Parts: sequence; structure tokens; C-alpha cells
Amino acid sequence: MSEWTRPRHLPEALELLAAAPGQYRVISGGTDLMVESHLAPERHPEFWLDISGLRELQGLQITEEGIRIGAATSLEVIRRHAEVVTHWPMLAASAAVTGAPPIQNRATLGGNVCNASPAADNAPVLLAYGARLEIAHHHGSRWLPYMDFHQGYRKTALQAGELLSALWIPYPPKHSRGYFRKVGTRAAQAIAKVSIAALIEEDSGGMIQGARFGMASVAATPCTLPSVSQYLLGRALRDIADAQVRQRVGQDIAPIQDIRSTTAYRLEIASRLVLEAIHGRSESKKED
Amino acid sequence: MSLTIINQRRDQQVVGPARVDGFAKISGAALYVDDLPAVDALHGTTVRTAGAGGTLQEIVFDPAINWSEFVVVTAQDIPGINAIKLLENDQPVLVERTFRHAGEAVVLLAHADPEKLRIALKGISLVELPNPSPIFDIDDALQARQEIIPGNIYADYLLERGDVAAGEYLADVVIDERFLTPSQEQLYIEPQGMLAHLQEDGSILMEGSLQCPYYVLDALVQCLGMDKDHLRVVQSTTGGAFGGKEDYPSVIACHAALLALKAGGRPVKLIYERGEDLRVTPKRHPSRTLIRLGANKAGELQFIDMDFAIDGGAYRTLSPVVLSRGVIHAPGPYKCPHIRIKGRAVATNHPPFGAFRGFGAPQSILAMEVAMDRLAKKLGMDPVELRKKNLLCTGDLSPTGDVVGKDCFAHAVLDAALEHTHYQQRREEYNAWNAAGHPTRRGIGLATFAHGAGFTGNGELHLASRVSLQALANGHVEILCSNTEMGQGAATTLVQIAAAALGLPMDSVHLAQTDTSRVPNSGPTVASRTCMVVGGLIQKAAGQLLQRLRETMDLAESYDAQSFAAACAGLYAAGDALVTAHYYPPADMLWDEQTFFGRAYASYAWAAYVAEVEVDMITLETHVIDFTAVQEIGKAVHPVIVQGQIEGGVAQGIGYALYEDVLWNERGVMANDRLTNYIIPTSADLGFIHVVLLEGGLGAGPKGAKGVGELPMDGPAPAIVNAIQQALNIDIRQIPVRPEMLLELTVSGGN
Amino acid sequence: MPTTMRINGKAFQSSSAPNARLLDVLRNECDLKGTKEGCGEGECGACAVLVNGKLVNSCLIPLGQMEQAEITTVEGLPEDSALARAFVQCGATQCGICTPGMMLAATALLAEHANPTLEEIRWGLSGNLCRCTGYGRIYAAIAQAAGGSADV
Repeated sequence: MSEWTRPRHLPEALELLAAAPGQYRVISGGTDLMVESHLAPERHPEFWLDISGLRELQGLQITEEGIRIGAATSLEVIRRHAEVVTHWPMLAASAAVTGAPPIQNRATLGGNVCNASPAADNAPVLLAYGARLEIAHHHGSRWLPYMDFHQGYRKTALQAGELLSALWIPYPPKHSRGYFRKVGTRAAQAIAKVSIAALIEEDSGGMIQGARFGMASVAATPCTLPSVSQYLLGRALRDIADAQVRQRVGQDIAPIQDIRSTTAYRLEIASRLVLEAIHGRSESKKED
Repeated sequence: MSLTIINQRRDQQVVGPARVDGFAKISGAALYVDDLPAVDALHGTTVRTAGAGGTLQEIVFDPAINWSEFVVVTAQDIPGINAIKLLENDQPVLVERTFRHAGEAVVLLAHADPEKLRIALKGISLVELPNPSPIFDIDDALQARQEIIPGNIYADYLLERGDVAAGEYLADVVIDERFLTPSQEQLYIEPQGMLAHLQEDGSILMEGSLQCPYYVLDALVQCLGMDKDHLRVVQSTTGGAFGGKEDYPSVIACHAALLALKAGGRPVKLIYERGEDLRVTPKRHPSRTLIRLGANKAGELQFIDMDFAIDGGAYRTLSPVVLSRGVIHAPGPYKCPHIRIKGRAVATNHPPFGAFRGFGAPQSILAMEVAMDRLAKKLGMDPVELRKKNLLCTGDLSPTGDVVGKDCFAHAVLDAALEHTHYQQRREEYNAWNAAGHPTRRGIGLATFAHGAGFTGNGELHLASRVSLQALANGHVEILCSNTEMGQGAATTLVQIAAAALGLPMDSVHLAQTDTSRVPNSGPTVASRTCMVVGGLIQKAAGQLLQRLRETMDLAESYDAQSFAAACAGLYAAGDALVTAHYYPPADMLWDEQTFFGRAYASYAWAAYVAEVEVDMITLETHVIDFTAVQEIGKAVHPVIVQGQIEGGVAQGIGYALYEDVLWNERGVMANDRLTNYIIPTSADLGFIHVVLLEGGLGAGPKGAKGVGELPMDGPAPAIVNAIQQALNIDIRQIPVRPEMLLELTVSGGN
Repeated sequence: MPTTMRINGKAFQSSSAPNARLLDVLRNECDLKGTKEGCGEGECGACAVLVNGKLVNSCLIPLGQMEQAEITTVEGLPEDSALARAFVQCGATQCGICTPGMMLAATALLAEHANPTLEEIRWGLSGNLCRCTGYGRIYAAIAQAAGGSADV
């Protein structure tokens, strides 16, 4: 029989975590953990910490630099949020393709990140937007760029006693364009075979000033594409050699063959999607 | 999502009455097996073999567990014969020593507390001497370097007409292809399960999710060594089956009954979780087809030569019957002078494969229909033209050597499909689209096919089905038959047929619960035989009842509900209110099972299916934009139910073509044994499905009705494959057509 | 500590463990058997219920989070409604095992979009698997219940 604690306030939760570091399984929407605890009941944790009642972890606030999203905010709230739809449309889109409505009504953005699946649906967009994580501890908070969060297969930078409290996403640069696409096993209720988000900033002369990519299901963790980004920097679109991009995609990702797809498919489609993102052929997305 | 009925009469019902099971289902009141009240019930579970065949050496029970708390059953506890009753007694109810696949049941456990059961399950270990070289591939099985059974062949059939060598001589163009189809899971949303009660008089009541109550009854008789009179099988509301609950419920019922015999009178619930259901219950047979077609320059087929092999899995179960269906339907609705179809069902170390909508035909029809497009391509002929030149007409010889009668609509369905889809115009539009450099490619493809309704040949004769009607004192009539409602609408359709035949409103007719202690054996609910064969028997019984009412109770030629009720009351009081109709085959049913010669079915239903697809050129995902199913079904007894059957079957067929693939681990167990990894289409995946019905009125059922349910599974895969081939100008030889496969084909094919 | 909630408008208190699945509480403690288990992993939607008006999979909900929650199961829907009639008339139910979840998905959808487009219907049902119908008759029923044509 496991013990269930549902604190009302963040300090209370942090105190519990600090008092028994590493002992609690933190649960919020439960859309991943309840599956695990049903299919593998022998891995039932002894102590559950239910953070769904913490008001501090709920909701979205617009700030000067961007938006703060409480870690336990549901994807449904996020995908409908007017500011998100306007300024961070890729996030609205990724939330809308996570599972299906009954999942989005429960699943939280923080949970999607902390579950640390290599296929996490919202990870690519958070990487592309350059999100930062607000990580709370009994002794105070710290900040971490999201790109430093995933440290290996299902391993994160969260230390014992820490709790992801919010995600901060800056406004995208003025002259930037986004590209997001999830290639799943089907149109809804799907796990990604490859997914990508890109934020590309061009100056008035068509020179790339910045390019940030996030991908999922192409490596042991959600990942960025550092060598692709580096290659693009300072180049005009017409000077970009597709073969160079493809080669760098190959350096940046390490896809595997699994029950859902093949290494060859993931590698090739990743390259195609990166090129599509760069060349801005977003109109080629399927009409539906 | 439209329904069109061609040649519809003005007075014809286009909607049909409300389903008789409708309100119980939408209100949540319908009770499925897991919902049945069972006071003090024990939960059952199954300990299974791990290796892909081998020898069981020992069963070790962890001494730390108090086993006296549990009901424990092993092979030693079987009072009757340790074999599941089917075509052959080769499959043990519980493994005693040798076994053939991973996942065979060895020990059964029951306890009131599911949590204790879960722990106890881990306290039993099986010491197995595994089979060192299991067989999982059809051709490996045929080579028979290792043998599971002699030659690894469960059944070996030959359908031969004419002389293929002569056909080869006459053919100007020949194609030679090899096709593979995967297993497919029925994926009824209600997992399988049974509830067994040992009654005070020592008899057993078995309730559960099942298609064929008398199959279950026969299996219990054999396994328990009990008399039929001491066994009662009752169907609970069944949450989908599609063939998947044809044979396996017998296995679960035997297990549940064995536990109940030792449970001291407490009921035993044996309900599978989804993962277990996926891993152990039978699915569609994987197939490998070698096919050669030859035609003269004019496009007239000269020969069809096929080597069709299906993976039967580790026991024989229904594989010979599935194979026979596949063989009979292989040559399609075409006239061809020289045909040779060699069919074999082979033994492998997979769990046994079983019935699934289409029953062997989707596999061979896929090969034939894709090969027809390949032949058209090689001839430089439009696939429609090739089909038009070869489709059967009245007076032609069918592939089984029977003269095709008036009930032939092969051309009519194709013509309707071309017209309804604007096929030629679409094809040109798609060619233009593809040439214009869009990021997608589009294609339109078709399949023409026929499917026999009911049991093959003399099968119906062997079944000797009986249906009874019971007149009740209040003027209502009850239908007694063993055919089951599992979602397909049989309950409504049968009540409707009886009501029409008796001239009564539908609410005066009731379908008795499927309970073997009450209903006669009207055969299994399979092969789309219910409406046609059982519906026909109901009509016949209705005629008998009316005759009796007229003769003994002076019911007038025309009557109202009141006089009918009065006559019924009289009959009821006289104790003579039950009539029974027996099946007699049509006089012209001559069929030779050995040579596959003669009239295979009382009726064939005809179809032409058209798929329109769009392929994303970046991701190579295929989307079926529009699907048109044109089907000649004799008579739509209930158009909405027919439409639902066809739309649902097409959705399963789209899954078969594009998404659904059973993956296997190294022990031959389904590896993608979760719904998150076995991909069936969601509502977001399916495009428009248009249903067009032709009513020729010449079927063997009521008002000329024929079977409907199998065809929607036969046609989608070849139509979709043909559409994708056209869109991408590639040759496809395998389903499902996943993007990963298209990448290989388009990259290596230098497209 | 027991969990207190309202189920189909009536107060209910459960003393099951907080990590018990809401699905099991509904079926075994409340005897509300209309909520079905199809997969146990949130894929099929057969166990769908409304929690505070939102469509959720009850197999993924720990009881501990249901304190004060307003839960609607299929048994809590009106017996006779435009939706119920349309489901029966249009052939939206076949085997019926997905139907309770579909009814709740349709209820949630219609609460949000009184006149849903086909795309909205498709999206609204995309978490509920049906193997019998190919969904076509379900779309028709929802469109009809919304006062539109069933010929979607």
C-alpha cells in the first residue's frame, strides 16, 4: 500500500521533498504515471506526491519577456490560451497534437517535460523557443535552460528534492518564423516517430540571424541541432547547400529502430523536415 | 459518409427501424461479461509457457506462498479430454508436457483478491526445455527442415481448371509477383472473458463474450466429460468480435469451467486484460502469395497461377477452412480458361491464427487485385479496361467451374463505381496534380471482387441449422436461434425479418437471449450467414407458424394484431406454440470439396471499391481522402445497419492497408501488445467513406438478401495499394504500406 | 482519508486508496458498469467520463485527485435526449462497448460547439476508438443531435 500526499501549497510540497529526497513519485495529470503503475504494478512507488492541488503551479502569466506557464497547467488550457495562440502558435499546435482531447484535459506541460520521453510531444517546441525552466527547492529556486534539462535516456537535471515549478518562454524575435510538425503513427493518439520545431530569424537581407531547432524521437532525449544551427548562422537562404544540412542533421541526431519506425526513415525524414523548415515551405503541410 | 441505394423504389425504407439493442447500449445498461453480477466471485488468471514450443519439465510453486488459499488447476485436473474441440484434437486445454508456442496455458489460478493473484502468478515458475529452432516464416515451414507436424502442413488444396501450360502458350504478356500480408488483430474493444458458475446440481453455467455458443458447449462437453444437459452457455452482450470470438471463447470457457469445478461453488471470472488478449488470442493469418497472370494482347486473361500459403500457427484450429476460403476467392470475379490455385496452411510456432472478417479472402484477393493492376501496367492498358474485359457475365464459367447465373453483378458494380467516383475525370485530375510539382501525390485505385455468403458448398448441409419461433400468450412471438448479436445488427435484422414475415410490428417480436438451454442450434454466427441463412429459416418458420395458426386456430387470411394475439393465445394454451424450421440446401448446390469444383456458395455478393489517396512527399504518409464502396447485396434489409457494416469494415480495411501490423518478438509473441503500439485508425485518420448499394434481389436470403459483412474487408487494401502505386509510380508487394516502406521503395526505386 | 465527490449529481464517499483508479471506483464501488475498460492505458476512451465537465479517461485518474470533483458517467446522462435518440436512429452504436465513452465525448463536444463542423466532430472523438462503425454513423448522430443533417 502506497502513501499519497496532496499538499495545498508549494512550500509544503518542497518541504516534503526535502525531508525525504528521492522518495516521492511526483504526479500531476497522471497520463503517463497511471499507465506505468497499471502495466507495471510492481514498480509502484511507496510515496506519491500529488502536485495537482498546488495553485502556484497552475496557469499562465504574460511577462515583459514572454510567458510563464505553471508546470501543472494542462495542455488543454495552454492550447486554448489566446496569448499562446498568438505569440507561441507552435506551442498551441504541439499541445493540440499531444494524445487526444481526453489526454490534453489532464496532461500537463511540466509532466510532459519531466516524464522525459525521447518522444515528448511538447519538447521540440520548447527547445525551439528557447524555454527556461524554473526549478524549485526548499532552499530556493534555480533557473535552467531547457536545452540542458535532458541528460540521457529518461534522465533529467532535476536533483533530489527539486520540483519543476514553471516554464518560461521568451517572445520569439520579431523577424522570426516557426515551423512545427509531428510525424506520428497516426493522426491522433499517436506517439511521434519524428517531430520537429524550428524558429528561424532572418534579417531584412534574408541573412539567417538565428536558427534554433528542437526534435523528438530522433535520439535518446529530445534534442537540439547545434551543428545545423551553426551552419545556418550568417548564411543567406540561397547559399545553403542541402547536402551540408543533411550531413549536419546526421551529426546532430542518433535515431534508432524501434517498434514504431526505422533508423533510415527517421534520419531521412528528419533531414527533409529540417530543410522544409529552413526553406520555409510551410505551405506544403497537408491541408488537413 | 453518404449512402446511395441505386434503383431504390419509392416505398422502400431508407433508414430502417431503431436497433433493438440501441437504448440499452447508449444508456450503459447493457451488461457485458465483466459487468455481470457475480456475488463472491473469484478472479482467474493463467500461467503460460515462455518458449516458442518445447517440453515442460516441471512446475515449481514458491513455497513461501500459501497455495491452499488459491484454486489451482493443472492438466491433471481435467476430467475429460485435454484438447480444445475444433477440427482436430491437437490443441491442449492445458499443457501437460509438450507445447508448440509461447503463451500456452499451463496452470490456472483463482482467488478473490486480484492483487494476491498478481503476486501468486509470479510465484509459479515453469521449467521448460525450449525448442531450439522455432519456425516463424511460411517458407521456412514449407521447407520443413524442422517439423512441428509432418511436413508442417495442416491443409493442402488445389483448385485447378483447364491447363496452365496451355494458358502460358496463349499469353502474350505475363507477370510474376510475390505478395506478403501481415497478421491483423480484430481489436474488438471488449477484451475476451468468461464467467463460470458451478450450480448446486453440479451443472455449469457459462456466460461470456462469444460468437458461437454451441462451439463453446461442444468444447465444454469434451473437456469436462460432462453431458450436454449439465452445461449451459449463455452469451452476454458482446463488445465486438469480427471473427476473433469464434474459436477462442472455447479455450477461456474450458479454463473458467475447470477453475469453477474446484472453486467450491463460487463463480469464477476469467477476463483478459488487453495485453493478454493481444498476445494469445487468434488473429488474421499472415500470407505469402506467388502469383503469375497471363493475358493476350487484347487483355483477355489466359491463365491464373497462384501458390497461396498462410501461416496457421502452432495448432490446426480453423486454418483449413480459412485456407479454403482464400483459395476459392483467389481467382476473383473473372473468367479465365486456365486456373491453378495451390493453397497450403502451414504450421509455425506462432500462436494459432484464426477467424477474422474476410476469412482468408482478403489475403488472396489482395494478391489477385494488385496483380491485375500490374498486368494492366505491363499491357499498357487502363486497369478498368482490363477488368471490363475479364469480369464474369451471366453464362460464363466461374473459376470453380459453375455456370454463372442471373445473379451476377460484376460489371454493374464496376460501372456504378466509375460513375459515382467520376473515375476517369479524377484520374486525369490526379495525373495533372502529380505533374504540377505539388508536395503531395494523388492517386485513384480500384478493386473488383466477389464474396460468397454463408458456409462453403456443403457446409450449410452439415450444419443442419434449426430455428424456432415461439408464439406467446399475449400475441408476441419469440425467435429462438443460436445466432449472436455482437454489434453487427443481427438482433435487429432478425426481428425485422420475423416481424415482416408475420405482419407484426417489431415490438411484438423478441429475440430470445442466446442460451443453449433454450435455443436450438442454428449454426455459428460467422461467414455473413446470419441474415441470409438464418433470416431465411426465420421466414420459413414464420410461414409454418402462420399455417398452424390458420389451420388450428382459424386465423383469417388477413388479420390484425388482436386476432393474431387471440390465435396465439389459443395455440399457447394448447401447448403447441413452438414451430421449428430446418435448413435444406437449394437443389442446385453441387460442390466437390476435394476438387473445388461446382457451386461454392448459394449466393455471391459483388463489389467494386475505389480508393483515392494522397501521399505526402516529405513524410510519405498516405491519407485515404475518399473511399467509395459499391456493393451488390441482393436486398438491404436494414440500410443503416448495412451502411454501418460497410463503413466499419472499410475502416478495418484501411487499417489493414496502411497501419496495422502485428510485430513479433524472438519467441513469436506479439511485440506491439498495447493499443498505443498496435495502430488502428482514429476518427482523425479516416476520410470520407461513401457507400453505394445495388439491390439485385436475387440472393438466397429474405427478399433476395445476401451476406454483407465480409466484403468490406476484402476490397480496401488492394484498392488503396493500387491507388498508391498509381500516385507514386511504384510497385508495392506488401502491406501495410507504411511510410517506412514507401521510403525504401521511392529511394531505392529511384523514383 | 476518504475521498468525497459528486457522481451523477449525488454525493459519494470512497475509502479506496488514493492511487486507486477512478474507473475501478466507479465500476466496483458505485456499480456504475457503463464505464468500460478497454485498454487500461488511456488509448481507447471506453472508460471516458466527465470530470468537472471535461472529458477524461477514468483509467488514468487517481482517486486522490477527485476530492470535491463533479463526475458524470453515462448513467448520469439524460435517458431521453436529442443525442440519445440520434445515436439509436443513426446507427451510431453497434457492439456498444465504446458507446458510453462516445456519448460522453459527444456531450463534451456539443457543450463546446453547439453546431460542430465535421472537423470538430472528428477531433472531438479522436480519443475514443471504435472498431465497428468506422465512425461515420457516429458523426451522423452528433450532427443530427446538433440540429443539422445526419448526412455528413
